[in-house]
Formats: sequence, C-alpha cells, structure tokens
Amino acid sequence: MALPVAFFALFFAWPVAAIVERGLKADGGWRLGRIADVVTQPDIRHVLWFTTWQALASTALTLLLALPAAYVFARLRFPGKQVLRAVVTVPFVLPTVVAGSAFLALLGHNGLLDQLWGVRLDTTVWAILLAHVFFNYAVVVRTVGGLWAQLDPRQEEAARMLGASPAKAWRQVTLPALAPAVAAAALMVFLFTFTSFGVVQILGGPTFSTLEVEIYRQTSEIFDLSTAAVLTLVQFVAVGAILVVHARTVRRRETALRLVDPKVTARRPRGGGQWALLAGVLLTIALLLVLPLAVLVRRSLDAPGFGYYRALTESDGGTFLVAPVHAVWTSLEYAVAATAIAVLVGGLAAAALARRDAGHLVRGFDALLMLPLGVSAVTVGFGFLIALDRPPLDLRQSWLLVPLAQALVGAPFVVRTMLPVLRAVDGRLREAAAVLGASPWRVWREVDLPLVRRALLVAAGFAFAVSLGEFGATVFIARPDNPTLPVAVARLLSRPGDLNYGQAMALSTILMVVCAAALLILERLLPQSRTDSTGGTPIDRTGEF
Amino acid sequence: MHNKTLVAVAAGLGLLALPALTGCGSSDTGKSTDSRTVTLVSHNSWNVSKSVLKDFEKRSGYQVKVLEDGDAGQAVNKAILTKDNPQGDVLFGVDNTLLSRALDNGLFQPYRPKGSDTVLPRYRVDGARHRVTPVDTGDICVNYDKAYFDAHRLTPPRTFADLAEPRYKNLLVTENAATSSPGLGFLLGSAAQFGDGGWQGYWKKLRANGVKVVDGWDQAYDQEFSGSTQGRKAGGDRPLVVSYASSPPAEVIYAKKRPATAPTGVASGTCFRQTEYAGLLSNARNPKGGKAFLDFLLSKEFQEDMPLSMFVYPVREAAQVPPDFLKYGPQAADPRTMAPDRIAANRDQWVKTWTSLVLR
Repeated sequence: MALPVAFFALFFAWPVAAIVERGLKADGGWRLGRIADVVTQPDIRHVLWFTTWQALASTALTLLLALPAAYVFARLRFPGKQVLRAVVTVPFVLPTVVAGSAFLALLGHNGLLDQLWGVRLDTTVWAILLAHVFFNYAVVVRTVGGLWAQLDPRQEEAARMLGASPAKAWRQVTLPALAPAVAAAALMVFLFTFTSFGVVQILGGPTFSTLEVEIYRQTSEIFDLSTAAVLTLVQFVAVGAILVVHARTVRRRETALRLVDPKVTARRPRGGGQWALLAGVLLTIALLLVLPLAVLVRRSLDAPGFGYYRALTESDGGTFLVAPVHAVWTSLEYAVAATAIAVLVGGLAAAALARRDAGHLVRGFDALLMLPLGVSAVTVGFGFLIALDRPPLDLRQSWLLVPLAQALVGAPFVVRTMLPVLRAVDGRLREAAAVLGASPWRVWREVDLPLVRRALLVAAGFAFAVSLGEFGATVFIARPDNPTLPVAVARLLSRPGDLNYGQAMALSTILMVVCAAALLILERLLPQSRTDSTGGTPIDRTGEF
Repeated sequence: MHNKTLVAVAAGLGLLALPALTGCGSSDTGKSTDSRTVTLVSHNSWNVSKSVLKDFEKRSGYQVKVLEDGDAGQAVNKAILTKDNPQGDVLFGVDNTLLSRALDNGLFQPYRPKGSDTVLPRYRVDGARHRVTPVDTGDICVNYDKAYFDAHRLTPPRTFADLAEPRYKNLLVTENAATSSPGLGFLLGSAAQFGDGGWQGYWKKLRANGVKVVDGWDQAYDQEFSGSTQGRKAGGDRPLVVSYASSPPAEVIYAKKRPATAPTGVASGTCFRQTEYAGLLSNARNPKGGKAFLDFLLSKEFQEDMPLSMFVYPVREAAQVPPDFLKYGPQAADPRTMAPDRIAANRDQWVKTWTSLVLR
C-alpha cells in the first residue's frame, strides 16, 4: 500500500497542487476570490455549459447506438462474433489523435463526405458527438453486454410462463438486473466525454471548448494561469462527484445475481426482429467504427508506392530533427516503461484493496485511484513541469517524466482489471501454503501468481495501449525533439501541405495497427478466463470499468 | 508484516532499475549540455538556407540544433514555463504583439549583439537594456484570390471597412486571435484602425458578414483560402484570408512554373506591421554559443537570406532585398502600428472580448 500511495502523492497530488498553487497564490496569499470571478465569466460559463451538455448528448447517443449491440453480442450467436467483439474494442484503446484524424478524413475539409456530397461536419458539434460514440461504444458493449450474457434467461422465461407479456417480463426481470451495469457504463462514458481533449481539440476548431481544452488553451496559449487553476479545481470537483456516484453503482452491481456461463445464453437469431436487429448493429459498426478507420488507412496510401510511409523515414530538418518514424520507437520505449510502472503500482494497489481485512480508508483509496482518469491530463503534465524540477526530484531533464505521466492514466485500468480476480482468490489457499511452511514470497509465487497471471497480462496490455495513445499530458512534457506517436501525428496535422497530411495518416495507421495488435493479443487471452483454476464464480469482469 | 516490507523494497528496486532496463535513458539528455551545440527554440515557421547555416557552423565551430515548438504564442509560453531550466539557448520568434509577456516574465538576459547598430531605428525597442534583438519585420494583411474576383466581376476589398460590406459576405477566413500571431495582428490592426471603442462594433459586423475563424495560419492559408497553391489543391473556398504582404511573392517563387504576376494580391489598407525578436534565454546552458548565434541573426548574410526563406523583411539598414521579392510583395505604404506598451496594456483584455464576440 505504501508504494501506490507514495506514487500517487508524488506524481499526481503534488503536481496538481503545484499548478493550482502557482495559479492561485500571489504574493504569499491565496486569491480564492478568483474562483468566483472565473466561474461567473460568460465565456467560462459557456464552456461549462458546453462541456456538460455535449457529455450528456454523447452519453445518450452512445447508449442509444451501443445498447442494441450489447444485446446482440450477449444473446445472439453468429459467425465472426469473436473477431467483431475485438473490432469494436479497437477504438477504445486508440489514441484520440488517431480518432480525430480518422474523423477529419471522413467529415472534414475535402473528406470523404465532402467529396461525395459536399457535406462537412468538422467544426460542428456532430463530429465531436460521433467521435465520442466511436470511442465509447466498446465501454457499453463490454460492460452491459458482459453482464447480459451471464444473466440467466430462464428467469425471464419463468416470468413469461407466469403470464407476463414479453415487454413486461423484460421490464420487470431483465431491466432491473441490467440497470446498474447500464448506469455504470453511462457514468464511464460521461466521465470520458466530460474530460474530452484530443477529439475536441482536433475536430472542434476554435469554436468549441470543453473544460479540458480550455485548461490547455488558458495555460499554453493565453497564459492565464489563474483561470486555468480555477478550471482545474472545477473539473476536479465534477470528476470527483462522478466517481462517487460511479463507486455506488458499481457496488450495487456487485449484489448477488444469478449468473451463468455466457456460452449457454447465446442462440442463433430467430425471427425477423432479431435478424433486423443484428443487421442494424452490423451496419452501425460498419459505418461508425470501421469506415472512419478505413478512410484513414486509405488516405495513408494515397501517394504511389507507399510514398507517405517512405517519407516517414526521412528527416526533413524542419518539423522534426529526426525522421518521424523515430517516434514509433520513442513511443514503444515509453510505453514499455509506463506499463512496467503502471502494473507495479496498480498491481500493488489492487493487492492491498483485495485484502479481506481492508479497512474503510483503503476502500476509499479505490475511488481515488480512478481520479487520474478524469482529472485534466494537461494539468498533470503541466504540474510535472513546474513541480518536479528541483532536487531531490529533478526530473525535468529526464525522459522518465513521460512514462510516469502515462502510468498515472494506465494504473487505474490495471486496478480495475486485477481487483475482481484478486478478490476471487481463495484466502484459504494462501493460509494452507503458509501453514505448510512456505515463505511469503513462495506463497505469492505458487498460489497468487498462477491465478492472476492472465489478469496481469490483460492489465499490462491495457496499460500499454493507454500509454501508447496518451496525448494530453504527453503533449506538454514531451520535448519537441523527441515526440511520441500521438504528438508527432498532431504536429504533422498542424502543418500545411499534402505530404504532412499524408504522413499524419500513415503514422496514425501505424499507431492504430500497434494498438490493435496489443488488443488482439488480449482478446486471445480473455475468452479462456473461465473457472479453470480459480474455483470461484465463472464471472469474467476483466475489461469492465 | 514481513511480506509488505519485502514487496515495498522489491518495488522500489524495480522502479530504480527501470531506466536501465529500457535503455533509452541518457540518449536525449546528454547532448544538450554540450558546449559545442547551440540550441534554438523557435516556432514552426523558422527557416534558413542550408548553405548559410553551414557557413555559420563552420565559422563559429558550433552545431545548431533547432527545436520548433508550435506557433509563436505556444513557443513563447512554454519557454516562460520552463524558464528556470530552458530547452535551449536562444528563442527566436517572439513578435511585438507578445513581446511584453516575454519581457515581464524575465525570459531573456541582456546581450547586445554585434551589428545591433545597423538595425533601423524604428525597429529598436527595449532601449539600453538589450534583452531582445529585432530580427525581421513583415506586414500582416488580407490577401485576395485574383481569379475569384475576376470571375465574379467584383472589386477586391481594400480597407478594413470594406471587409464588412455585404458584397464580401462569407468570403473571409482569419485566424484565432488567441492562438495565432497573424490572427492577433489582424485584431490589433482593427483596433488601431477603429480605436478602443470602435473595434468591437467592427468585429460584430464582420461576424454578421460571415467571417470564418480557424486556429492557425496553416489551416487558413493552405486549407481554406482558394488563392494559394495548397489551398486550391485542398479545395479551399474562401477567396479572402488574413496572411502576409509577402505571401504573393511566395506564391510566385514557389510555383513550379513561374507566372508573370502573382495569383493573389494584398488589400493594402488592412496591414499591421509585425516585428520579430530573438533573445538569449535567461538560464541558457551555452550562453557563449547563444551570443554567437544572435550575432549571426543580425549578420548581413542571414538578413539577406531571410526574404526568400521566411518571407520577411530584414531589419538591417543596408541589407539587400531580392528584386523578385520587392516586385511581387512590396511592403505596405501605410501599415497600422501600435506602441508596444499599448499592446501590453490591452492585449489580454482585447483577446478575451474578441473571443466572446466572435467565437461564442
């Protein structure tokens, strides 16, 4: 427990406190009056309002489009289902910059829709909403669908036998069982869209600004640090509130439900209705998830003979000091380091949280660990720059700064993935081993490790994908001569000319392939996580948030 | 209890061992402290002829490393944030619109470069303190697409007031004044034109007249403007753009086949004069190299190279400007200007007001 607490205190709480202090403290006194000043400015209120309503709209739209898919994945059996499940998850681990450029290629100036029908949606709120659905589709499908697949269908059937109409049986049996999962998914989507940065930055143009984007603009462009600090506090409070509500719904979800092996609940589609639903879901996935990525790949191939890819290996002496392809290695190195840190810190935190004698305080830490997911990555990155620059901890010159920031975002995923599995480990096994004379290290190696190995790998995969795609904090602390992939893509996109645009598309494609590969490996690990060795319930909650 | 301590120790060791394991630790930190390297921090538009730079490297013995960090505003802001432990030795590209922010935050240390007495007096600022050195100057002006106005039998606009007229509705694209230096220059030009009380009304009219705002110059000029080579290729559909007086010669000189006249023109009554400065960063690790580099920026060789590499005018008195450059892009006869202290006093408030008026 000591290490995770120290880690979060040092690399999260302190930098955030430092930036807030720098913004709000002047001549030795706190200027708390600034808070009221800032929040009452019409511009800022506009940003707050937009942040909230676009998050609500994004959440509603995501639920609307993804809930049918959750049903289809849970209850219908059709060929290619496993692959498709992996496909819909790809966007979730994709960097926002890639999604942004994919939608730009589809909806933007001279994009596919522009060429076909002269329709442009960039710098409209529609592009932002659609991109948010693109990202969070998997959150709903996996969280709700995962549970739905394990609900015993016989309960609904029993209700029907007792004379309930299908609608009534669904409303009274299935819906109440699903509701907490739907609420949890909705809250996660709300959290992610409320703090949206890359998507809004790339697709929104100067007109639209979420809190997170506004913090970036106030800091990096307008240089109004006190406004940025106030906005950070506002976001902090909002995210904290969302997380408290989320923790409650999750706890409610953990109440006993009769769960069964997902394999027995899925059937081949029957009747026109189910076929139509399946077709509709497949069409949505094709148009909303696959098409943008396909357009992106297509754009990256526009130059003859993989010209854009070949250009990536040339140093132009302008945008970058090194060839853009160098960013691939930089990113991989950072991601490996970030994954190691995230797994270490997140794993230890999960182990502490899983202990049955874990007190109230430790449980509170659970929610706290989620905080970095929602607190402005920009704030954290900026906080790093001003807080970690003095001995004994002078990291400003160190490359480690970037992986540390990325690990902060990755660790909550590790905790979420490891915790349910660790909780399922039977404590008596450990005790038995200890009684038989095993050292603590040996107990861990022989009892815990084999049981959690798979969850550990899954967690590492998530942390890896998240670090590869992290943009908000990295854009602040990555040195201009050593950009990561997402930073390089963003920089190429901001430069004029075909070649730069093509290179951005090519780099995005590379990034997408690396992330998708990491994810596909995860998918191969996931389906086997059944009851084999844990001896516990067949509940697979990995990948749920 | 034992296992906890063990885990903590193991974890600590693990963290310490990380840099060694991944092996990318020292590669990017060591070089910058090298006293043979001068690091220049600049915005995206930095450019110099290879031969001219090579010549400096040979003469001085310094290697030049360039870090381009976003547009001018971002480069300056980040430099201020990292002031105690800067990314380079010299910053180039802070202009008169942002100068006060850099100076008030103590970004630069004084140095009077060789050749500073050759700088035309009207570009000198900061009196005897010599914290910054003027390097180049240029005019921010509305450019127009000649083909569009010919085809529509429309006279191109000439003044600020013209742009608000109904016949130019939905034709103008400009940059975000909060994030882009031409965008800010255009705002300041309008403030110089219409005064403290008048510019807001002007922008309300421009907004009603369908002005489009994008984040940066690249996007405005190379994506949205119908008159530039890139913009035509990208299908840009706005025939008026806020750019530079030197953009028309750039269109000619960069063209594959040189046209007899530039495809774009300048609305001469919409210009605002911008001067760019460089300075030695306060905690530069290689101040000696930085000073040599500042000398280089004022050298005749560099000053005469700038027009065709960065499309700006030299500040050095007798520097020759290439005839093509003068022919296609003469400096505006009567640009709007504004005293630096007036900019310093009003800029942030004006940008805020502008944002609410135009973007929200």
